[in-house]
Amino acid sequence: MATQHSRTAARFMISPAVIVLLGWMLIPLGMTIYFSFLFYNLLQPGQESFAGWMNYRFFLTDPSFLDAIQNTLLLVGGVLVITSVGGILLALLLDQPIWGQGIVRILVIAPFFVMPTVSALVWKNMFMNPVNGLFAFFAKNLGFQPIDFFAHVPLASIIGIVSWQWLPFATLILLTAVQSLDSEQLEAAEMDGAGALNRFFYIILPHLARAITVVILIQTIFLLSIFAEILVTTNGGPGTATTNLTFLVYIQSLLQFDVGGGSAGGVIAIILANIVAIFLMRMIGKNLDI
Amino acid sequence: MGRITLNQVTKSFGDVNVIPPLDLEIDEGEFVVFVGPSGCGKSTLLRLIAGLEDVTSGRIDIDGQDATALPPAKRQLAMVFQSYALYPHMSVRKNIAFPLKMAKMDKAEIDRRVGNAAKVLNLSDYIDRRPGQLSGGQRQRVAIGRAIVREPAAFLFDEPLSNLDAALRVGMRLEISELHNRLKTTMVYVTHDQVEAMTMADKIVVLNAGVIEQVGSPLELYRSPRNTFVAGFIGSPKMNLFGEAEAAKHNAATMGVRPEHIQVSAESGDWKGTVGVAEHLGSDTFFHVHDTGLADDPITVRAGGEVSLHNGDTVYLTPEADKVHRFDADGARIA
Ligand SMILES: Nc1ncnc2c1ncn2[C@@H]1O[C@H](COP(=O)(O)OP(=O)(O)O)[C@@H](O)[C@H]1O
Ligand SMILES: [Mg+2]
Repeated sequence: MATQHSRTAARFMISPAVIVLLGWMLIPLGMTIYFSFLFYNLLQPGQESFAGWMNYRFFLTDPSFLDAIQNTLLLVGGVLVITSVGGILLALLLDQPIWGQGIVRILVIAPFFVMPTVSALVWKNMFMNPVNGLFAFFAKNLGFQPIDFFAHVPLASIIGIVSWQWLPFATLILLTAVQSLDSEQLEAAEMDGAGALNRFFYIILPHLARAITVVILIQTIFLLSIFAEILVTTNGGPGTATTNLTFLVYIQSLLQFDVGGGSAGGVIAIILANIVAIFLMRMIGKNLDI
Repeated sequence: MGRITLNQVTKSFGDVNVIPPLDLEIDEGEFVVFVGPSGCGKSTLLRLIAGLEDVTSGRIDIDGQDATALPPAKRQLAMVFQSYALYPHMSVRKNIAFPLKMAKMDKAEIDRRVGNAAKVLNLSDYIDRRPGQLSGGQRQRVAIGRAIVREPAAFLFDEPLSNLDAALRVGMRLEISELHNRLKTTMVYVTHDQVEAMTMADKIVVLNAGVIEQVGSPLELYRSPRNTFVAGFIGSPKMNLFGEAEAAKHNAATMGVRPEHIQVSAESGDWKGTVGVAEHLGSDTFFHVHDTGLADDPITVRAGGEVSLHNGDTVYLTPEADKVHRFDADGARIA
């Protein structure tokens, strides 16, 4: 891509892809913004009218809104912490030469291939159910009162389920990073008198910084819009205990048929997501230059 | 400090026996070079001494103490790796300070020692850079700096110069030799380059397929190689080795003459041949002489200075009688 000519040709060649992608993004975004300024309720079709900032004011002053933001942040943060820490530990474990390494690696990656709705239902009905669930069975056998997960610790339960789904992704990325570490560096550190813990904190962890950053950024994008797991387990409840922003938008537009309000919620969610992204980039972007 | 003794040490990787039983003494303050072709087990031997590999059998003593089962950190040895193995996310200062920090030395002492090492190695200007921002030679010096601050009982070097360009290699060779003269610490140095071995070593250990072929000072190996392997390996260009009729005249199965021990003449001599390639280096000229009837390969001879012999000329060669090496059918030297 050195010459002026090849650069022009390259721009020309990629333009169809860029145009399609831009259309793909801009048209729905434009329509969402447009709807967010309309009184637009599916119960009163054909009566749309300009609403100004009413939808936004309504959404922002909704008592569920602050709860939803708090739940979103807790959900994203909790899953990030669990998957990063767990992913590093699993990656280090899987990097050891163990018998049946290939099969173990496939098993660890398997949860990623299960659909979110399916895995959430499996967790809800087979593991966490207070009557029939496996956890209740163990608790009863050990003489404890079974926990009703979705009634007493609903958000933590969902964090657990989502972490289970995303742990393989983090493990996979971190495992490739662990494997790319030059073994002579570890040997040099060993000769320099660094024990296992010091080698982890001074050599391995800094080497993983870039991969951890990638894991956090990618997961944040997906975790901000968690929806299926909530819908099939708690439906946002009890109360607003597990309602995140995505779910609040869903309630607004599809349960209350308020397309205008839902769109306003969507725009707010986009803005908040961008704030989080900029914040994250600033915070860990420093790690990106070696 | 710095006496290393290997006693019947062996090493196998699975079924592959890389080092058959091996004995070796490395004396205090010595500069010992392991030299041998690639894959002969030099690195493995060094890693056994370092403790990065476990011996399959045998015993390693360091300073009279059994170190066979000691972990690397407890052996008081410092190693410089071929890839330098610097920590990429740490500055030069932190790289050099790392072993001291691990030893929980106090801050002032660390600063003093790192400052000294940086001064000795001309690194003071780069002290706050990362390894990625340094040239090959500078990285090499950082790796050496990280080794010397610990004041170890012995230094281990694994082909430290093989990633450097030729000019830099000569310079670093000198620097390492000077470092040894100043510190007087035992150094064990691995290389496949016999020039490095000859120029730096007090004692050369020639290895071939894990077996020690000969141990001796550079000049001992040069003057009286114990077998044809050492004869062919030490010296540059290689010693001419040939057998059959000519060797039989000297009562040997193989005879060898170094290029620098052959007289070249345009008029008369023992052997006759045709000049092939001539390498003019200015100070020396190397001729590859063909069709001598001594061996299939051309004979290499050295003529001093500027000699006007050219491709296709007929030359006569005469070996210096007292510089002829004789070997028996097993390749062992006949005294
Ligand atoms: N970790 C290992 N596993 C199996 N074989 C090895 C291992 N390390 C070295 N070897 C073998 O041991 C022999 C000697 O290797 P090495 O000591 O690295 O040679 P050198 O440093 O002299 O080039 C080689 O044939 C190599 O394939
Ligand atoms: Mg090697």
